[in-house]
Amino acid sequence: MIWQNDNQQSITVAVSGSGGSGALTAGFILLAAAQRCGRYGLMMRSAGPQVRGGESVAILRIGPSTVTNIGDRVDLLAALDWRNIERFQDELALDANSLVLHDNAAGAVPSGIAASGAEQRPIDFGRRAAEHNGGRANMIAVGVLGGEMGLPLQALLDATDAVLGKKAPAAVDAAKACIATGHGGTTAGQTEREPSTAPAAAKRWRLSGNAAAGLGALRAEVGFIAAYPITPASEMLEWLAPRLERAGGTLLQAEDELAAVNMLIGASFGGVPAVTATSGPGLSLMTEGIGLAVASETPILVVDVARGGPSTGLPTKSEQADLNQALYGLHGDAPHLVLAPLDVGDCAFTVEWGSRLAERLQTAAILLSDQALGQTHAVIDPPPRCPPVLGRKGVSATSAQALTDNAIDSATDRAIDSAKPANAFARYAPSADGISPMPSPGIPGFEYTADGLAHNAQGTPSSSASDHREQLSKLMHKLTAHDYGDAWARIDRGQLADEPADSMISLLTWGSSWGAVQEATTRLREQGAQVQSIGLRLLAPLQHDQLSRAIAGTQVLVVEINATGQLFRYLNAERVLPPSARSFARPGPLPLRPAEVIAQLRLQRPQPDADENQAGGGDEHAGESLQAADVGGGY
Amino acid sequence: MAPAMIPSLRARDYLSDVKPIWCPGCGHFGVLSALTKALAYLERPKHEIAVISGIGCSSRVPAYLNCYGFHGLHGRALPLATGLKAARPDLTVIATGGDGDGFSIGGNHFLHACRRDIDLCYIVMDNAVYGMTKGQASPTTPPDWTQSALTPHGTGIPAFRPAAIALASGASFIARGFSADPHGLSELIARAILHPGFAFVHVLSPCRTYRPDDQSSWKQAVHPFGEHILSTAETAVDTPPGASTSTKLHVQDDGLGLGVLHEVARSQASTSATAGANPDRQAALDAIEAELEA
Ligand SMILES: Cc1ncc(C[n+]2csc(CCOP(=O)(O)OP(=O)(O)O)c2C)c(N)n1
Ligand code: SF4
Ligand SMILES: [Mg+2]
Repeated sequence: MIWQNDNQQSITVAVSGSGGSGALTAGFILLAAAQRCGRYGLMMRSAGPQVRGGESVAILRIGPSTVTNIGDRVDLLAALDWRNIERFQDELALDANSLVLHDNAAGAVPSGIAASGAEQRPIDFGRRAAEHNGGRANMIAVGVLGGEMGLPLQALLDATDAVLGKKAPAAVDAAKACIATGHGGTTAGQTEREPSTAPAAAKRWRLSGNAAAGLGALRAEVGFIAAYPITPASEMLEWLAPRLERAGGTLLQAEDELAAVNMLIGASFGGVPAVTATSGPGLSLMTEGIGLAVASETPILVVDVARGGPSTGLPTKSEQADLNQALYGLHGDAPHLVLAPLDVGDCAFTVEWGSRLAERLQTAAILLSDQALGQTHAVIDPPPRCPPVLGRKGVSATSAQALTDNAIDSATDRAIDSAKPANAFARYAPSADGISPMPSPGIPGFEYTADGLAHNAQGTPSSSASDHREQLSKLMHKLTAHDYGDAWARIDRGQLADEPADSMISLLTWGSSWGAVQEATTRLREQGAQVQSIGLRLLAPLQHDQLSRAIAGTQVLVVEINATGQLFRYLNAERVLPPSARSFARPGPLPLRPAEVIAQLRLQRPQPDADENQAGGGDEHAGESLQAADVGGGY
Repeated sequence: MAPAMIPSLRARDYLSDVKPIWCPGCGHFGVLSALTKALAYLERPKHEIAVISGIGCSSRVPAYLNCYGFHGLHGRALPLATGLKAARPDLTVIATGGDGDGFSIGGNHFLHACRRDIDLCYIVMDNAVYGMTKGQASPTTPPDWTQSALTPHGTGIPAFRPAAIALASGASFIARGFSADPHGLSELIARAILHPGFAFVHVLSPCRTYRPDDQSSWKQAVHPFGEHILSTAETAVDTPPGASTSTKLHVQDDGLGLGVLHEVARSQASTSATAGANPDRQAALDAIEAELEA
């Protein structure tokens, strides 16, 4: 079922076309224009299987306030041609209220599109483009769509300079002429769909989630990147390559992911914060190395820009299905951090936080972004910096003398046994917070050998049961003892009182599903429901007590984009959910839409009077629908 | 650190007090000894050295030294060492390991470390067997060795030729030493450490426990590199006309010739990395953030 985008004052438009038609370029210009006139926006792209130049569609949503998801439906489609359009039919979500702009010269509207009931309006994109020397149909479409969206011509022209800046001046001029032609034919400023135009009050950024993740790494003072290309993560690495060079750091292209993760460990052992990005198949190859980082207490951050799985899966499309692997993929008991950003801008926040936490806690962090965040471009307010985290616990760099003086640079550190000879520096000495000082090579007197074998406090391989117990409890304790503050989740409680009420619904989610869940929350509130949404940013270690408090007494629906309800199962294993909690889990790759969440809630939620009856056995029918929609049954 | 302030060390000063787990008579003892001699000869301060290894009997070396060290994953010594050296070019980074570690599970990294030619010294203790896992065939095991339960008819596949492969992959320094000749070996290791590029030291290091018969003959069979060549029947590749001297020697190498096999100026200076140093990181970050407004 398709729901209308209600009350959001937003508009969702799509541009589609075959290879070389420039559909994506058109989308980028519209997004940049929105940025230039005080709007927010978000652009998803979907492409066919061709390596280069295949058919593609850009879906943009523009609005006066932060846009967190693509919405329920497409208001307006500009089809430059119809080749392979059926590949995008699911993404396009047209309905009887939609308007399809198409060029009669490209042939009849395909039956699949016509079946949506959308109004059809022929526009001769091609012929009007031909009026301009070097003119192209996609730029006519930019003008027409810009006008329909209420974007001023000047903003479109400025955006064209920004997006096409590197092209030949004649090409840019031709594009602008076409945009003006297209815009002139519309009733710009008078359409019903026009969102309110507020001038840009503050600086607004336009970037992808992958770029934001790269920015987070720079903010975290990362100095080493190892890179092995994989869709959809490569853009984070490519964004970083020139910028890390500017900021000061080293990037190496590795021969494979096994090398990449071990390169990180080497650089980090050398005292330099290190990050890499990969996707599911690469994460699988990296897991042995991630375990080494955990065991040797060498900080690293691995960003998984997830795609659909299993195996090579859906390289260009999204799914939140790597959670199990991130949580449980390492062999042995290997306590580590798992984090997930909640929107495009939050990629910067969470990467910075994840890297700083890894540094502080001397552990491995896996960050679960996905294609829906990484390859989505958005116009956003500049994302905040992460909360302060103390840096790596080091040793005094003066000399070996530091050992006998116990001159460790942190007051919280346990004094190191001064009787120990210099060649037995207790790198892995237990301490109150479980974190031992980590010297970098180059500091005399603290020479030690890091080890992935079970070891004693000096790092010497040891298979003794007591050493294993001591070191394992240190690995666990340092993660659980840390105070993660408020950043573990985003909680939208709206205008509600401090304590959640009985009749309240908690929509609990993680990662890229946050945007649609949060919009569903807002809409449900407007309909009078008591709803809060919780987006988990720190998935491991689970902030059990805070989460329990946040959902106490509420009806919980756990929302995620994977077929098996990975988060739902994890939270149940952690015994944090009430028995009445339900799961809405469906596979990707289609992005989550707010209306789906609302529909699930209606389906899964007991009738209002059934709530009262629950103690007495509950409403039979409601109970059945709850069962039917349990894990994996939502799709 | 000012080297002048550090008193010069004897070879044994580089040893930690951890007792090796090796079998009596294991060749790896000789390699450990040669390595400490080389470090003492070069007067490298302990704290400026990092010794990186994978897993295997031979990979235990870092813990037996009191330099900085990392005993990592089976097969991954080279990428770990590469990351360290790329991030910390000021350090002397040495990777050590075995033939299984370096040529089998880590074979891809070996090729690419040679190509990358980063300033590392890589010492492989080749005993033509997996010692630590109790005597299976390794890539350098001759095809007719039948003593492993896993390959009772022999592997039947030709042995890996590490020096020739290193040469083909672009290593700029290749040497071969023998663990029973710690003096000659320490000199080769010292030259490898001094070489500004990827320096591969292939060490014949007998496994007393799993290859006692075959490798006891090495003492008599080794010879200065270039004195003996393979009989035509054993030569895997014909020498191409006009080939360089080093190429000729490698295609005709019997695997027992000791010395420096190949040494050229480093191919490129660290061009595989994009690296920048910036004293004002915050200013760079501000400028990068400002670009996101456009
Ligand atoms: C991923 C992985 N696979 C297998 C092993 C088991 N393993 C440990 S050492 C070793 C072989 C070591 O042989 P080599 O590198 O030649 O060293 P040697 O013991 O002969 O000195 C193997 C297969 C392991 N530790 N890790
Ligand atoms: S098994 Fe072989 S390689 Fe391992 S310690 Fe014993 S002799 Fe040395
Ligand atoms: Mg071996």
